[in-house]
Amino acid sequence: MTRFNAWNVFKNGFTGQKNWDRQWRDPEPKKEYDIIIIGGGLHGLATAYYLAKNHNKKNIAVLEKGWIGGGNAGRNTTIVRSNYMLPGNHEFYEHSLKLWENLSHDLNYNVMFSQRAHVSLYHSPGAKDGAARRYNIMRLHGTDAELWDLDTLKKNIPHLNYNDARFPIMGAAVQRRAGNARHDSAVWGYARAADSLGVDILQNCEVTGVKRSQNNIESLETSRGTLKAKKVGFAVAGHTSVLWQMAGLGNLPIESHKLQAFVTEAVKPLLDHVVVYGVGGAHFYISQSDKGSMVFGGDLDWYKSYAQRGNLPMVQDTAEAAMAIMPCLGRIRLLRHWAGVMDMSMDGSFFICKTPLSNLYLNAGWNYGGFKASPASGWYFADLIANEQPHKHVQNHNLERFEKGINIDERGAGPDPKLHG
Amino acid sequence: MNGVLVPIQNCTVDMIRIKCPYCGERDHSEFTYGGDASIKYPALDAPESEWTKAIFFRENIRGMQKETWHHTNGCRLWLEVERSTITHEIKSVKACHPQIEKITKNKS
Repeated sequence: MTRFNAWNVFKNGFTGQKNWDRQWRDPEPKKEYDIIIIGGGLHGLATAYYLAKNHNKKNIAVLEKGWIGGGNAGRNTTIVRSNYMLPGNHEFYEHSLKLWENLSHDLNYNVMFSQRAHVSLYHSPGAKDGAARRYNIMRLHGTDAELWDLDTLKKNIPHLNYNDARFPIMGAAVQRRAGNARHDSAVWGYARAADSLGVDILQNCEVTGVKRSQNNIESLETSRGTLKAKKVGFAVAGHTSVLWQMAGLGNLPIESHKLQAFVTEAVKPLLDHVVVYGVGGAHFYISQSDKGSMVFGGDLDWYKSYAQRGNLPMVQDTAEAAMAIMPCLGRIRLLRHWAGVMDMSMDGSFFICKTPLSNLYLNAGWNYGGFKASPASGWYFADLIANEQPHKHVQNHNLERFEKGINIDERGAGPDPKLHG
Repeated sequence: MNGVLVPIQNCTVDMIRIKCPYCGERDHSEFTYGGDASIKYPALDAPESEWTKAIFFRENIRGMQKETWHHTNGCRLWLEVERSTITHEIKSVKACHPQIEKITKNKS
């Protein structure tokens, strides 16, 4: 693999930039691997990368039923933040944010991480108190967090509706180190970096059956033949239940829901931050991409679904939320929108854990937060697979936490997956 | 087929139409989604593990599933809907509480 650097860009300039190598190989599957990760999304690829890099593992394959970047890696609003409060979560997401900060150098691939600040608006004194509590807890744990009063907010983001909003904007809770990254670059970067460490990335390789004994997975039936593995990791958020049942393991504390995202035509620079608006159950988050498009998303579609297709009422809700805080968007045209299928878990938190089978490991339940979590997800999942023991930051992110009564419910919404948006 | 919805083909959006036995066919935006209708709660004194399974664990079917919907902006009754979680096609709709159906029939 040719490294990306100024010299190589200059050198390839003489041949019209046409002689770059493939970004990753397209190998034929081997009969047997030491570790197989199912799911070639950000989480699966990051896991493979850190298994090879941090734990010096060889003979790893990542199976992807479609193509790299075709699933939820290409269906998100690219926001990266670590404004979490509960033990386990804040360490995990802060570690993820730190990995994002150096990811372009680590992967030798520009993931276009832009720390433009995550600005979460509040609209009542009670909401301000709530934000102050959460953001103070973050500060106590060493994460950056601050509150902006109305004047600071107006100076930084002049285009919000400060005049006649139904819910007057009173200020914002801000994490300056948060921002967004380029989703395609992140997934391509991980694929390229994992491949360069010897990981086989097998695209168009769908798992169709799981052959197991009492306590073990023996082999995987796939659309590219039977593959054996000493260890198997599931990282297929959205469709975890399907694979789990294929392995004969029963039910999971997960429902699959879909979330829509929207992109408009490109406009001149308008918004230099990630702005989040959440009041009265509405939920809206917006940023401007480097190309100039406004990228935004709203709530879940509210009913369970595996369709990668959104519904109309949510388009309307999201448009209403957009108009409520940024009326200047009123005449902008929508270019594309899409829906991604997500694992919504029973307490809104993820799973990185062992399973009832001795050589199977689970990475699932990412809810709304899969994109920003992917570096740490890969990091800790690789650690679990390599060391057979969960890192202390993810020791409670397992399937037993519900029976033990130690749910990690950041929102306090209770056991209803659709409420954990 | 009792089904109502024909998914809009080759389109990224859709609206589910639910045939409420009391109000007729309506947009799903009039309804509130409940959840899995197949859950059976165990006896009050059943072991904790059974309660954990009933409250937290779901089959999460990819295909036809039974689920509850509340006709919030209509008759306000709970319905049991058989719906595909892949195509959103609806196979059947009936009242969750058949005794209510008996009462409404007697009245008419």
